[in-house]
Amino acid sequence: MRPSSEAELAEAVAGTLGPLLVRGGGTRTLGHPVGEVLETGGLSGVELYEPGALTLVVRAGTPVAEVERVLAGERQRLAFEVPDLRGLLGRVGVSTIGGVLAANASGPRRVQVGAARDAALGVRFVDGTGTVVKNGGRVMKNVTGYDLVKLLAGSLGVLGVLSEVSFKVQAVPEAEATLVIEGLGDEAGLAALRLALGSPFDVSGAARHSGRSLVRVEGMAGSVAYRVRELTARLGGEVSVVEAEGSAALWRAVRDVSPLQGKPGDVWRIATLPTAAAEIVAQLEGEAVWDWGGGLIWLLLQPARGAQVAAAVAGRGHATLVCGQGGPVFPPEAPEVAALVAGVKAKFDPRGILNRGMI
Amino acid sequence: MDMPAPDQGVIARKARIVARLRAVLPPDSVIDALAELRVYECDALTAYRCPPLAAVLPRTTEEVSRVLRVCWEEGVPVVPRGSGTSLAGGAMPTADSVILGVARMNAVIQTDYDNRFIRVQSGRTNLSVSGAVEAEGFFYAPDPSSQLACAIAGNIAMNSGGAHCLKYGVTTNNLLGVTLVKMDGTVVTLGGPWGEPAGLDLLGVVCGSEGQLGVVTEAWLRILPKPEGARPVLVGFNSNEVAGACVSDIIKAGILPVAIEFMDRPCIRATEAFAKAGYPDCEALLIIEVEGSEAEIAEQLGRIRQIALAHDPVEFREAADEDQAKRIWLGRKSAFGAMGQINDYMCLDGTIPVSSLPHVLRRIGEMSREFGLDVGNVFHAGDGNMHPLILFNANTPGDLERCEAFGAEILKLCVEVGGCLTGEHGVGIEKRDLMSVQFAPADMEAQMRVKDVFDPKWLLNPAKVFPLASSATRRAG
Repeated sequence: MRPSSEAELAEAVAGTLGPLLVRGGGTRTLGHPVGEVLETGGLSGVELYEPGALTLVVRAGTPVAEVERVLAGERQRLAFEVPDLRGLLGRVGVSTIGGVLAANASGPRRVQVGAARDAALGVRFVDGTGTVVKNGGRVMKNVTGYDLVKLLAGSLGVLGVLSEVSFKVQAVPEAEATLVIEGLGDEAGLAALRLALGSPFDVSGAARHSGRSLVRVEGMAGSVAYRVRELTARLGGEVSVVEAEGSAALWRAVRDVSPLQGKPGDVWRIATLPTAAAEIVAQLEGEAVWDWGGGLIWLLLQPARGAQVAAAVAGRGHATLVCGQGGPVFPPEAPEVAALVAGVKAKFDPRGILNRGMI
Repeated sequence: MDMPAPDQGVIARKARIVARLRAVLPPDSVIDALAELRVYECDALTAYRCPPLAAVLPRTTEEVSRVLRVCWEEGVPVVPRGSGTSLAGGAMPTADSVILGVARMNAVIQTDYDNRFIRVQSGRTNLSVSGAVEAEGFFYAPDPSSQLACAIAGNIAMNSGGAHCLKYGVTTNNLLGVTLVKMDGTVVTLGGPWGEPAGLDLLGVVCGSEGQLGVVTEAWLRILPKPEGARPVLVGFNSNEVAGACVSDIIKAGILPVAIEFMDRPCIRATEAFAKAGYPDCEALLIIEVEGSEAEIAEQLGRIRQIALAHDPVEFREAADEDQAKRIWLGRKSAFGAMGQINDYMCLDGTIPVSSLPHVLRRIGEMSREFGLDVGNVFHAGDGNMHPLILFNANTPGDLERCEAFGAEILKLCVEVGGCLTGEHGVGIEKRDLMSVQFAPADMEAQMRVKDVFDPKWLLNPAKVFPLASSATRRAG
């Protein structure tokens, strides 16, 4: 099914009997949901864009590339840096903005500006009964009623099918630069990232892979130069500086997990404490891309290491299997939390038809 | 403003309920004498008052759990209370309810600078969270103007903002996890210091749920390294439109000030008379603050000056030193006091798209004349969060009602131009009956279904947020 309006979408959900596999472009679907495919790609187009208010309202099936093109026309962007995981997951297809919010897909700049959920101002969605619901709006401060925008962000389509999303956007800064730090082991290289993030120099990226630590600053040219100097003086190792497009390319690789693309094995996504990041990887012995100062680990492992991963992460984060067979895909929750999750799902999708098997 | 009739059955069982509460708490933690309950009869929305059945002041999550379990078994409504600074009546009790105050739960549990978080008990005041980490050069970003008094528990309940949220976001953007006690006494951990939910983002919906889903007893909060410095400039204009255009141009230019505050002429004149900050007598005034090192501040202010001068301001005032910076902020920070000096006032906080600013200010001026009540506007201009202060005299019969009617019209206008009823104070009882202006029945139904899951008996802060008619069947159990 590929409805072309919100009304058609509502009708499709209300009228269906069996399970639905809800997706935007299917470029970052996790797990193995079952059901008739319901695509949102037919709900496309920008509803409202006010550069002077940093506000964008867009239909959920609009391609991310289209959104980025429109924003670039005003030298603006989505601050949370949408990852393109097609290379990593071996997918083709057109990533949609609704899929991005449904997955809360957020890149390296999360350490500075937050995730997709933090930039989201409003949603319209069709719940599992076919009812259209709106929440939030298009203004940056809004505490009117419960914040279902956050609940829908990252819900992977199990509560409803997004039909429209609003975002706070960001002006593209005039300059960016990346400090590339070599000659440090993982422990020291990750400590350098934490040092940078704990400094007053407004770091907008802190990642590590392939034996190099990367620290990014963005802003006005003079300010970037100043912060590069100050950070270089504080960080150990051999520091070189990459600017402009060279810097942007480094962060696209982190964002899209390029170093792990096309390699055999399972890929895990681990959210943890930055101070635990080196040890978890050492314990599991895989190839890692660390982002968010170590708070996010993309880890390539031999297949079927689920039990070891769970043990290594226990009490200090959680792990999701993003590609491979070593499941379970989603981390288990404490029983009292699982009960709440099940309760909320049952309220929004009483028939249990939306993306069965997700979350 | 109506509240539901209290449950006489509960009131009749007061002695038994108090005895059961005393049985699960230390002796000094239960208050049931009317004279002492007066303290809890209202929050900062002082127009409405009602002493609760009893008040409890637990010290631990375990004690909160026991209190809630007793109330759940007895069918007693519970109204959670941080420091009682809500302007929306979020902590206002009913005669059949128990106030659960978290004021004694104010400990710092853990500070972790390497992972940049602090874990506190939720009764800790906002400012003292920053106070606990400032020696290491860190701070907690959300800064509601009540930050000296307000508790983190209330900040989480209302998703509080502040003057600096243009850059740093509001509470929900700085909250990593909570320990929450459900109405039935179950203790739940949502989120955690790693700041990424494992499944559904239940933390995201708890934040801003106005104490209706559970009682937050502990929280993990993100802390940030303090910037090297900050400095404001003051820009005066002879037209609201031009001031609005200047804000828009600054934002479009990619400069990200930490705050852009806006004051209109009635507010400027009131604060001048009160605080004598030396503000120009003009139509609109902006205070713009930037952060960074000396060189970075100079770079940003240079750019802002360039943009502002293109709009032909009547004044562009930079602060040469700390003292001058303080004088620029003095009037803005005295604005509420200055208005309060003139008369009683009601403060609203509807948010509008920044582009609607001139239209909305013009309409508010017209309505001010229609209602015969003066109004001054202070405004977080960068994010469209208005703060119209309507002056009235509480001792004049009918004035409060007229003021509320005027306020309701302003909030309807905010929704009409694409904004919302409340940007940071919350709905509480104050805006409860206006919710249907912003939301269709299905929109509110979706929200209430979340409460059904967390609190199926609708005992936690039940008569708030949703219009009474909408929640009636649920509250009746």
